Amino acid sequence: MKRLTSGGVPGFVIRRLLLGLIVLLMVSLVVFAATQALPGDPARAILGRSATPQSLAALRRHLHLDQPVIQQYLTWISGLLHGNLGISLAAQEPVTKLLAPKLVNSAVLVAVAAVISIPLSVAIGSWAAFRREKVFDTLSSNLLLVLAAVPEFVVAITLVILFATTVFPRVLPSISTIPPGSRPWDHLSFLILPTATLVIAVAPYVARIMRASMIEVLESDYVEMARLKGLPERTVLIRHALPNALGPVFQVIALSLAYLAGGIIVIEFVFNYGGIGSALQESVLNHDLPVVQALAMLIAALYVALNLLADVATIVVTPRLRTRL
Amino acid sequence: MTTPEVAERSLEPTQPAVSVTDLEIQIAATRTPVVSDVSFDIAAGEILGVVGESGSGKTTVGLALLGHARRGLRIAGGSVLLGGSDILTLGDEQLRRLRGGSVSYVPQDPASSLNPALRVGLQLREVLEAHARDRDGGQIDERVAEMMREVALPDDRGFLKRYPHELSGGQQQRIGLAMAFANRPSLIVLDEPTTGLDVTTQAHVLSTVRELAGLHNVAALYVSHDLAVVAALARRVAVMYAGRIVELGTAEELFSAAGHPYTRRLIGAIPRLTGGRTLVGIPGHAASPGNRPPGCAFAPRCSLRIERCEEEIPALRPVGPEHGVRCIRAEEVIATEQRRAGDPIGHPAAAALSGALRLDSVVALYGRQEVVHSVSLSLAEHECLALVGESGSGKTTIGRAIAGLHHNWTGKITLGEMPLQASARRRSDEARRRIQYIFQNPYGSLNPRKSVGEIIEQPLRVFGTARGREASTRVAEMLERVALTAGYAARYPDQLSGGERQRVAIARALVCDPAVLICDEVTSALDVSVQAAIVELLGNLQRDLGLSMLFITHNLPLVRSIAQRVAVLHQGTIAELGDVAQVLGAPEQPYTRQLISDTPSLEVAIAEVGLAEPEVS
Amino acid sequence: MIAGSGITPSSAGITAAADVPAPTVRPTSLLRRSLRLWRTRIGVIIVGGLVLLAIIGPYIAPYGPSTPVGVPNATPGGKAVLGTDYLGQDVLSRFLYGGRNILVTAFIATAAGLIVGVAIGLIAAYARNALDDVLMRIMDVILAFPQIMLALVAVAVVGPHAWVIVLAIALTTAPRAARVARGAALPVVERDFIACSEAMGVPRWRILFGELLPNTLGPLMVEASLRMTYSIGVIAALSYLGLSPNPNSPNWGTMIQENQIVLPVQPWGAVMPIIAIALLTIGTGLIGDGIARTAAGIDRARSAE
Repeated sequence: MKRLTSGGVPGFVIRRLLLGLIVLLMVSLVVFAATQALPGDPARAILGRSATPQSLAALRRHLHLDQPVIQQYLTWISGLLHGNLGISLAAQEPVTKLLAPKLVNSAVLVAVAAVISIPLSVAIGSWAAFRREKVFDTLSSNLLLVLAAVPEFVVAITLVILFATTVFPRVLPSISTIPPGSRPWDHLSFLILPTATLVIAVAPYVARIMRASMIEVLESDYVEMARLKGLPERTVLIRHALPNALGPVFQVIALSLAYLAGGIIVIEFVFNYGGIGSALQESVLNHDLPVVQALAMLIAALYVALNLLADVATIVVTPRLRTRL
Repeated sequence: MTTPEVAERSLEPTQPAVSVTDLEIQIAATRTPVVSDVSFDIAAGEILGVVGESGSGKTTVGLALLGHARRGLRIAGGSVLLGGSDILTLGDEQLRRLRGGSVSYVPQDPASSLNPALRVGLQLREVLEAHARDRDGGQIDERVAEMMREVALPDDRGFLKRYPHELSGGQQQRIGLAMAFANRPSLIVLDEPTTGLDVTTQAHVLSTVRELAGLHNVAALYVSHDLAVVAALARRVAVMYAGRIVELGTAEELFSAAGHPYTRRLIGAIPRLTGGRTLVGIPGHAASPGNRPPGCAFAPRCSLRIERCEEEIPALRPVGPEHGVRCIRAEEVIATEQRRAGDPIGHPAAAALSGALRLDSVVALYGRQEVVHSVSLSLAEHECLALVGESGSGKTTIGRAIAGLHHNWTGKITLGEMPLQASARRRSDEARRRIQYIFQNPYGSLNPRKSVGEIIEQPLRVFGTARGREASTRVAEMLERVALTAGYAARYPDQLSGGERQRVAIARALVCDPAVLICDEVTSALDVSVQAAIVELLGNLQRDLGLSMLFITHNLPLVRSIAQRVAVLHQGTIAELGDVAQVLGAPEQPYTRQLISDTPSLEVAIAEVGLAEPEVS
Repeated sequence: MIAGSGITPSSAGITAAADVPAPTVRPTSLLRRSLRLWRTRIGVIIVGGLVLLAIIGPYIAPYGPSTPVGVPNATPGGKAVLGTDYLGQDVLSRFLYGGRNILVTAFIATAAGLIVGVAIGLIAAYARNALDDVLMRIMDVILAFPQIMLALVAVAVVGPHAWVIVLAIALTTAPRAARVARGAALPVVERDFIACSEAMGVPRWRILFGELLPNTLGPLMVEASLRMTYSIGVIAALSYLGLSPNPNSPNWGTMIQENQIVLPVQPWGAVMPIIAIALLTIGTGLIGDGIARTAAGIDRARSAE
């Protein structure tokens, strides 16, 4: 118990973990309540108006809808924890089997986008801050502002118009359907436009925050002092400025990656890319509740995990916060 | 080491270590001058003090000695000769080698000047590594340990592994000093290094500076707003006003017979530990760069001004072998008797039998920790009681508890006959009206979105004392009382100076006729001359309105100029309580004695230099 | 506490500032000042222009939105200035009709979300105790869902009604606005003039909306334009995904989706709405950036005194 209330960094991690689990619990309640406990008959919604009473009853039994709500919730939760995400209504297959390859597809997309966008935005932001109000800064700031404002699917389609269909036709594929059974890395050209879209969706925001953070650090007393001590400029930037500038940026990076989790929903649809994003969209149209629930929990869990990572990273980079633990 | 010894050293015939000529610094964008016409020399081993209030340009001058100008400023002209070469003509790489090597800087705020993400050991090492690449790791380690010993800090590895936030303010400043002396520079610029430190810590840091400067024969520029501190440390002092040096001479000459009216008024505004007199401030405030009048910048506030003063800027001319003054009437000023003294502090009428406020065994907590341990005191009507102590003594907590701003306390507080609830929200309107509180920070205590008139009117509205036309009249009255014109009612706080804002805060506090006024460090954020004016005002108001006042401060000499009784607080308990003259003149408790001896005071400094304070008529 | 180890209240930061007045910043003047920047002006012109277009569009459209005027997917020419879409309807007319829906929905949803979110954020910042924690945890739960995902799930469950979309966007806007409001309010809550009002016994709600809110307007205005930008994006995306209330009614989002297939042949059906949405979001983004820069410029001038 002492570990929980004090215990430095490990204690902090444990507390955050517990907090995250509580949030997930509440999220699960919300997801469950939203999808199953609302008025209106899910069975009817799924089978449509022409369903017979028998098929409705059978479906209701199948979905455990005849049990008390709490029981339904507990069944679902225990299923989740055992890796059993239910059976897809549209495909009549276990959700896990259905989603696994799509999860891999999305994961690859997000991972590649993250690996490109994070270093890129940190570099752009730092350089813009360092060469403040000179040409690079003004140009990049305005460009990033524009890119940050435009919705991702608009960016996606603009890229398609530019490189696939109209301006420079057929340079890149306009559709990125990964054939079932094969892996994304076998079809690299399919990945280019979706990844570019994701990078453009995320990098501007992180770069602007990085720039702001770096500017604040470069104007701080301790950076001025480092220069007045006669330290070479490179040491000042890399040893003194950068670690302090990165601190606040970790939170933003985590938020951006979590944002990607929502962004892929639309982008995968644009490019017809078989990931969990397009799966969510399909399952929503099909009222495929188990899949919707599973995906909602998945994305929420990802978000919580990323936030936890960001918090820990911030603590590691900011020693001052460690004593307050 | 005392000042006379230092003075002796510098009389040896040597080239000055640094020679500044006609330094000019401007705002880069508009070419508005911020600092002009600054020239002085400092010999090796000598400490030159530079005194000025905020906006005088003293810090800017200090930084220029390292060839550095803050963002938005540029060094426009003049020369700074160090060891024969002009710093201002050096290229980037040469400047880099100079900084931390032959010239170093001790910053004002040690906490923010140390990188919070790096261990202190590393920050010490790098100043050595940057300037002596032929040394190896072992030699550097030894040197770091030596540096720590010089500033009386532990030299073990454990200590060096700490982060800056794990050190106290005094320790942080010593690290700063260690870094500054590390490469045995020929010149050190110290920028108010003891501001924000407790009096006891300050005393230690000052003695370390004196020691090291003397030991290594380093020339030093000591920038400060605190004349008492400068007097104790420096042989010669330069007084800056509105970007120019208005007087330059030895400390003796300045204190015994200053030549510039501003210097005289500044000395007159400094609180004295001995002799209870009210302070006399300087009306108005210094003009900011770009708004300075033609002619002498001090003329608008000077009681000796004549027409010629407003025509052209006087030159800094010598009036003695080491004494220069920028005033056309300097000789007259020197010849006049020093200072117009304030009135002696009166004592309240004898009929102060009923107490205005009483504290009985008050215990205050922060969370679970006790910070005030069973304090009892009483405030008589028409009396001013000072609460003095260092940070952590609990004085502010007591003040806030009385006002109901701090809820976590037990014990009994009675206002007249009325016992008070712990939280202001639970108290009656009457109780809230009769106790008023003035905060330390003039920049935070006024709502920037409200006009001055609305701010002062608010208590009238809240307590229902007056409304409409009657309220406006009352507001105008109060403004006049605090020496602001009624026209101020339409202005916004952002358009006022710090001193003016405090006056508005005072007006707001007094508009509803309170019985008790609590002043919480109300002058700590203000310049010396402004502080004097505010204390003068408070003293007058207290007497005229018959208020009971609780004056909370850490500044011991200030107490002398406003209070009749004083309670000295130490770590949550009252160490000594009694008449001001008695407690400060002949303290009984060891803690009080320690506090007084650690406080740099003008009298002590003057005494050290070998002068007696002239009789005040 | 060890005596002599702490820092006295006369903090260096305060004494360092010159004892001279600082420039005023009030919300009306903040807006006016930000209009001096070219970027804000351009933003206002763009947004104003598109709003105008959306309002008067239906009145100046040459044909009705569902009137077939020619061969499907025809390139510009003849009756259809910008060609026809996949049903032979006039692209220009559908485009002129298509903005209202998105703008009205975005505006209502954002406004609702902002009002609720700012209120929650201010209350949390002022309360500073258990209430703060509880409110923020609830916000965290909502924040666990990407905006568009929550809208998708809501539509999945209830149906693609307009009120569902408005509610979903408002619900996801509120916690984001609450976070910003709380962040902006926390430093203000610490300032002495709030303590002064408390000592006078001013009622809490009065302090919240009379003293706290006016002092946080700068960051809030920036956040408002940011939220508007995102709302427009999400609503357009929802329509694009086929989740608009009436799939047949003209809507920039649905238009893009309908005409995406024929991009190689007849691009205008998709390009026009793309340009419109892009310009709209860039416009709101510019306005927000203009306000942010003005506020930062004022802060910088103030601290440089």
